[in-house]
Amino acid sequence: MTDPAAVSDDPVLDDGAPENFGETNVWINPLRDPADRRLPRIAGPSGLVIFGVTGDLSRKKLMPAIYDLANRGLLPPGFSLVGFARRDWEDEDFAQVVHDSVKEHSRTPFREEVWQQLAKGMRFVQGEFVDDQAFDKLRETIEELDKAQGTGGNFAFYLSVPPKFFPQVVQQLKAHGLADPPKGSWRRAVIEKPFGHDLASAQELNKVVHEVFPRDEVFRIDHYLGKETVQNILALRFANAMFEPIWNRGYVDHVQITMAEDIGIGGRAGYYDGIGAARDVIQNHLLQLMALTAMEEPASFHPKALVAEKLKVLTSVKIPDDLGKHTVRAQYAHGWQGGEEVPGYLEEEGINPKSKTDTFAAIKLEINNRRWAGVPFYLRTGKRLGRRVTEIAVVFQRAPYLPFDAAATEELGQNALVIRVQPDEGVTVRFGSKVPGTSMEVRDVTMDFAYGESFTESSPEAYERLILDVLLGDANLFPRHQEVEESWRILDPIEKYWDAHGKPAQYEAGTWGPAEADEMLARDGRSWRRP
Amino acid sequence: MKIDLTDTTSSKINATLIDARRAIGTATVGMVLTLVIVTDEGSAYDALKAASDASREHPSRILAVIKRPGRSPRARSQARLDAEVRVGSDSGTGETVVLRLHGELAAQAQSVVLPLLLPDAPVVVWWPENAPVNPEKDPLGTLAQRRITDAVAAESPVEQLATRAASYAPGDTDLAWTRITPWRSMLAAALDQKHVQVDSATVEGESDNPSTELLALWLAERLKIKVERKVSEGPGITAVRMHTVDGDVCLDRPDGLLAKLSMPGQPDRMVALKRRETSELIAEELRRLDPDLIYASAVRYGVENLHSASSVREVVEAPEPATAPVPSKTAKKTASPSRTRK
Repeated sequence: MTDPAAVSDDPVLDDGAPENFGETNVWINPLRDPADRRLPRIAGPSGLVIFGVTGDLSRKKLMPAIYDLANRGLLPPGFSLVGFARRDWEDEDFAQVVHDSVKEHSRTPFREEVWQQLAKGMRFVQGEFVDDQAFDKLRETIEELDKAQGTGGNFAFYLSVPPKFFPQVVQQLKAHGLADPPKGSWRRAVIEKPFGHDLASAQELNKVVHEVFPRDEVFRIDHYLGKETVQNILALRFANAMFEPIWNRGYVDHVQITMAEDIGIGGRAGYYDGIGAARDVIQNHLLQLMALTAMEEPASFHPKALVAEKLKVLTSVKIPDDLGKHTVRAQYAHGWQGGEEVPGYLEEEGINPKSKTDTFAAIKLEINNRRWAGVPFYLRTGKRLGRRVTEIAVVFQRAPYLPFDAAATEELGQNALVIRVQPDEGVTVRFGSKVPGTSMEVRDVTMDFAYGESFTESSPEAYERLILDVLLGDANLFPRHQEVEESWRILDPIEKYWDAHGKPAQYEAGTWGPAEADEMLARDGRSWRRP
Repeated sequence: MKIDLTDTTSSKINATLIDARRAIGTATVGMVLTLVIVTDEGSAYDALKAASDASREHPSRILAVIKRPGRSPRARSQARLDAEVRVGSDSGTGETVVLRLHGELAAQAQSVVLPLLLPDAPVVVWWPENAPVNPEKDPLGTLAQRRITDAVAAESPVEQLATRAASYAPGDTDLAWTRITPWRSMLAAALDQKHVQVDSATVEGESDNPSTELLALWLAERLKIKVERKVSEGPGITAVRMHTVDGDVCLDRPDGLLAKLSMPGQPDRMVALKRRETSELIAEELRRLDPDLIYASAVRYGVENLHSASSVREVVEAPEPATAPVPSKTAKKTASPSRTRK
């Protein structure tokens, strides 16, 4: 249904809080109490339909996440999982595949009784996306599940398919009445990145999806936002008194946000070539991390309030005037990485040897507001870099005056607060300390908060959190369409400049990027941290 | 790394902890709390194992206090502290110190424990059994923000609940309460789905199972209804029936593993509702260290009723809704001895 209000161009969201299944007088559950914080948030009766269920993402992440949710007791009784794919499978074959992938990839131990609970609600629908019969069957399946499993008509459609199929799938959902929820229930769409490859395509995609699903029922997954450490940025900043006062241009010299991968493009040549690192990573993950690092305190943790603050940051982003000097793109060249000989990007199978696609991108952004004016944000990402790491480093200015000998503070760097997003999640604070001994000498030391050394085993995986939030209708951790469009607005001119000017620099695989990236910071009198 | 110290003191233990950490190369560990386990030689092993499993979620310093007052008068008059310091791979993610308090020292445990507490971090005391009558007034209990008892381990568990209610202080909690979290969350979820008024309820479970009682108390307190307590063969809690005008909302778990949720007008559904390991219970307890108000109101709600088992039969005959706000503890047979203390 396309409600005219739902497609209005209101810059601030027009969605409300998740409603209590459309009841007018709000039901207050006598067994719940805000003080009773042992009781977890359990999703209401619902089911999940996964398109492209035979894909890697579905097998390695989604299915294990669903099992883990069930194992933690967070899924509603009768939760149903419907797979939709071309494969000629019966329900049992599908259940077997889920069973295997759960056993292999789930975080929590496998328990037969949990499995039985889940298996009862598993269905498989075979078909192509053009196949009307298959979608009729899907509708029958959903209706059958409402009867047998009590899913109450609430279904989320997870589009784990290449974006070129999005229009087809959503149109089919609409044509077969699957996108229209029966009274008092909901239908939601979940889509994965990439959300387009530039502003125009992103707007087109949003239009296609919003034509069928109301915009507050569309959930865009950026799995980075589901990570505990990313959510912790908000806790770190807004729950503490000691960081926020120095979180501004008065104290911060610059911010570096890095997401490095040690792998190459692997088998994703077809997807990656022509997209590149900036579109693949900076547009979504890094700009989101930047927005969370730089935003003002939201009025509340309501999705509307959060989005409003993030949007304010994104809209005040200013890209450098001289893009040639303040942005760098590069490709990895043949080299040795961690003891392994690896081919260069242009030598990878399936890549055009003349390709200009970037596997490394570094850009400088500024945020034009009172808090951040003049503080550069350096964003970089790349494949085949030194190691796999994602971090946000807030680097502080040097002390205005040092009452020591110049020699005593020679080894003193700038103070830094580093949020380690992955791996080894945690926070590092870097500051100067006296070296033990008879002379006064100050050197950098680090203070570490590890997010629980083995926390990771028991803390929920990003997809678990996000799937649960979809079922609960909680949109806090999902980028909204305005954010997506705003991010493209930032990146588009840079991509356009790159297209028109020269070709990517080269860097040896296994290093921290091209010399040009170092020069880019050296121009500002700074240097990259080695993450 | 494991270091044995015989006839030692707290300050020597502290020094050893620092040395041991240096020796294995980890200067500091981000430990979030101190967990004091008061136990005896017999159950120390299980309790320590559960605690170090739970420390995977909550890196902590675990202090196991084992009291050995000694048998002979001579042994009782002497005092000696032996300690076993475990750091690194021998101790989950934090540090463990097993303290053996001999002779007179057994009564002065707090003097040993106080210097060993982590600075600033919260302190949790857990008595796997033989919890003091008043945990808050206990010399070790006063050091703690959180005091965990376990009514199941008591000789007469149900009576124990009455004791807990009488001596409740903010920060007290009981593993019998922790055990019913999955039940409570499933029942709350059922009412999220079915918006009906519950007129009365029945809770079935093993006799002498304090979790069953607590669940009944919680329902009675939250819903302001009569709750009938039936005895079944177990294991643990076997069923909860909430009676409504449309029919019963029923959560039935005969085997301790898989439960069936039936609601009027909806198909029956299976829910995994496994009885949990102690380590999981401890991990849940350590997640929140503020006073559990809901536990407080549940355990206090039915105290009087817990004692007055004599009224049981009348209630079975004619359950009058809304006259008595207290839940009726009913048994098919006459009430178990534990309920007839007064």
